[in-house]
Amino acid sequence: MLAKRLQGIILMPAPRSAKSNGGGGNDHAAGAPSRAIRMPRRRKADCFGDMSATPRTGAAPLLVVEGVSVRFGGIVALDSISFAVAGGQICGLIGPNGAGKTTLFNCLSRLYRADRGAITFEGRPLLSASKHEIAQCGIARTFQNLALFRTMTVLENVMIGAHCRARGGFFADALALPLTRREEQRIRERAMALIDEFALGAVAGTPAGELPFGTQKRVELARALASEPRLLLLDEPAGGLNHEEVDSLRGEIQAIRDRRGITVLLVEHHMNLVMRVSDQVVALNFGRKIADGPPGEVQQNPDVIRAYLGDAA
Amino acid sequence: MTLANDTPTALSAAAIAQAGSRRLQRLAMGVFCIFALGLPFVASGYHLFQFAQVLIYAIALLGLNILTGYNGQISLGHGAFYAIGGYAMAILATKFDVPYWATIPVSGLICFVAGFLFGLPALRLGGLYLALATFALAVATPQLLNYRGFDAWTGGSQGLQLGKPHAPFALPLTSDQWLYFLCLVCAALMFWAAANLVRGRIGRAIIAIRDHPIAAETMGINISFYKAMCFGVSALYAGVAGALGSIVVGFISPDSFGLFLSLSFLVGIVVGGLASIWGVLFGALFIEFVPNYADQLSDLFGESAKALPGAIYGILLIGLMYLMPTGVAGVIRTAPGLLSRLFSRPKRV
Repeated sequence: MLAKRLQGIILMPAPRSAKSNGGGGNDHAAGAPSRAIRMPRRRKADCFGDMSATPRTGAAPLLVVEGVSVRFGGIVALDSISFAVAGGQICGLIGPNGAGKTTLFNCLSRLYRADRGAITFEGRPLLSASKHEIAQCGIARTFQNLALFRTMTVLENVMIGAHCRARGGFFADALALPLTRREEQRIRERAMALIDEFALGAVAGTPAGELPFGTQKRVELARALASEPRLLLLDEPAGGLNHEEVDSLRGEIQAIRDRRGITVLLVEHHMNLVMRVSDQVVALNFGRKIADGPPGEVQQNPDVIRAYLGDAA
Repeated sequence: MTLANDTPTALSAAAIAQAGSRRLQRLAMGVFCIFALGLPFVASGYHLFQFAQVLIYAIALLGLNILTGYNGQISLGHGAFYAIGGYAMAILATKFDVPYWATIPVSGLICFVAGFLFGLPALRLGGLYLALATFALAVATPQLLNYRGFDAWTGGSQGLQLGKPHAPFALPLTSDQWLYFLCLVCAALMFWAAANLVRGRIGRAIIAIRDHPIAAETMGINISFYKAMCFGVSALYAGVAGALGSIVVGFISPDSFGLFLSLSFLVGIVVGGLASIWGVLFGALFIEFVPNYADQLSDLFGESAKALPGAIYGILLIGLMYLMPTGVAGVIRTAPGLLSRLFSRPKRV
C-alpha cells in the first residue's frame, strides 16, 4: 500500500501520449523551421532515405554507449553500461543518488576515463578523443553545480561557448588581423541572439557570478547551445529551481529539441520533468543499468521501483 | 534621454557612470600621451633613463600579468626570461654584430621558445608548486650566467659592455632621448598587442582557464596548449623588455638578474592590479621609483639607519595593499562609480 502510494508520488506524471511518443521523432522535424534542423536531418536522409514511415526505434543511433565501466579504487561506479540514443530524442537518465549518472556524463565529456567499453557518437569513437575535442565533435554540456566563468560577463560566457566554432590564434588576435575581427563579430552576433532567446538581455553585461542561481542556469544553457551541439548533455538542469522555473525549463528543453533538432541526454531527479519530456528513459542503480525504454514502461519496472523505494516494495 | 535625467534610476546611473568612466579614460589617455611624448624635452638625462626603465619594466609586467593575472599561473621566475632576453641581445650585438634594434624581436622570439618549453612541463604543476618551480628558475639563472664554462659568451661575472646607440637618421636627439623614444615605441606596440589579445577570443579562453579550467576544457579550449602559449607569450614580453634593458643600460652582468628582480615583477603586477593592461604602468613606476625613494628616505635618518630602506619599502607595500587591495587599476576601475554614487546620494532624500 505504502509502496504504491510512494510510487505515485515519485513517478507521478502519466507517460507521454502514444501519439506524441510514436511518430514524434519525425513530427517535430517536419514542423521545425529550416535553419535549426538542417544538420541531423540531412544525415538521416543520407542513411535511410525517407524516414517518415519508419518507427522511432529504427532511427540511426546518434550516441551508442557499449559496456562502459568506470572504477574508482575498489568502487565500481559504472558496471558495463550499454544503451543507445537515437537522433532527435530526449533521453532521460535516472537513478538514485550515487547510481553513476554524473559519472557516465563525465565519461561522455571525457572528464573521466572509462576503464572499459566504447562510446560512439555519430559513428566516431569518442573515448580516443581529447577532452577539448568533444565540443568540436558536437557535444555540449551543462554542469550539476554551476560551472560558469564567474568574473566574465554573461555575454562573454556565451561567447566562450562558441570558442570551438571560431578560428584565430594568439598572434592573429594580438595583431587584430581582419580574420579575428570578422570572427569576433560573428560570435558576438550569435551570442546576442542566444541571450535574447533566453531572456538574458538585461544582464548581458553583468559578471555571471553575481546573478541569481536560476539565471545562471539559463546562462549555462545558452553557453552550451552557443557551440552548436548536436548532442546536449544536461546534468540536473532542474536542481535548485522553483516550480515555475522548472515549468519553463521543460518548455526550453523541448524547444531545443523541436526547433534546433538537438538530441538531449538529461540527468534529472525531478521525476515529473523527466517523465514528461523524455522519449526514452534509462535507469541506473549502483552503476548498473536496470531499465531502458519509454517513460511509461520504465516507471512500472519493478527494479526501478525497488531502486527508489527499497525492498519493501 | 531627458526622461532618464529626470528619474535617476539605477540603470541610468550605471550608464552615466560608465560613460563618465569612458570619458575619464580617454582624458587619462590624452594626458598620458602628452606626458610621455613631452617628457624627453623637459627631463634631464638621468630622469629620462629612469622613465625609459619604467617603460621597460611595464613591458615585462605586462607579460607577467598575461600569465598570472589573466591566466592564473604564478611565476616567481620572470627575471630569468628578462635575463635571457638581455643576454640574447648583448651576445647578438657583441659576438654576431647584429644591429641593436634587430636584436629586440630576436630576443623576444628566443624567450618565447624558452618560455613555451618551460611551460610544457610546468603544466603538470599548479598553484604553489608552479610558483616553486619558477622560483628555482629565478635562483638558478644568475648562477648559470656566472658559470665559467659560458664565459666566452656571457663574459662571466664581468658581464658584457655595450656601446650606447645614437639616434639614427641624424635626428636631433640625444642618445638618452632616442633610447627613451625607442622604449616608448616598443611599449606602445606591446601594449597594443596585449590589449588586442586579452580583449578577443583568445583572451576569453585565457581568462576562462583561470576561472574554471574544467568548464573551459568542456568548451573546447585546449588547456595545455593555451597555458604553454601563455608562458611563451609572457616570456616574449619579458625578453623584449630584457633586450631593451640591455640597450638602455649599455652593460649587462649576472648581478642585475637576482631573485629580487623576479619578486619585483610580481610586486609590480599586484600593485598595478592583476588582470589589468594599464595598471602595469603604475606597477612599473612603483618598482622603479619606490626602492630609490626608500633609500633616500632612510638617508634622512642618518648613518644609524642603513638597514631601513628595506623596512620602508615593506611598510609602503603593506600600506598600499591595505588601501588598494585590487591594485591601482582596481581603484581606478571603481572610483568613477564610487564618485557618482557619492554625488547622487543627496538626490534620493
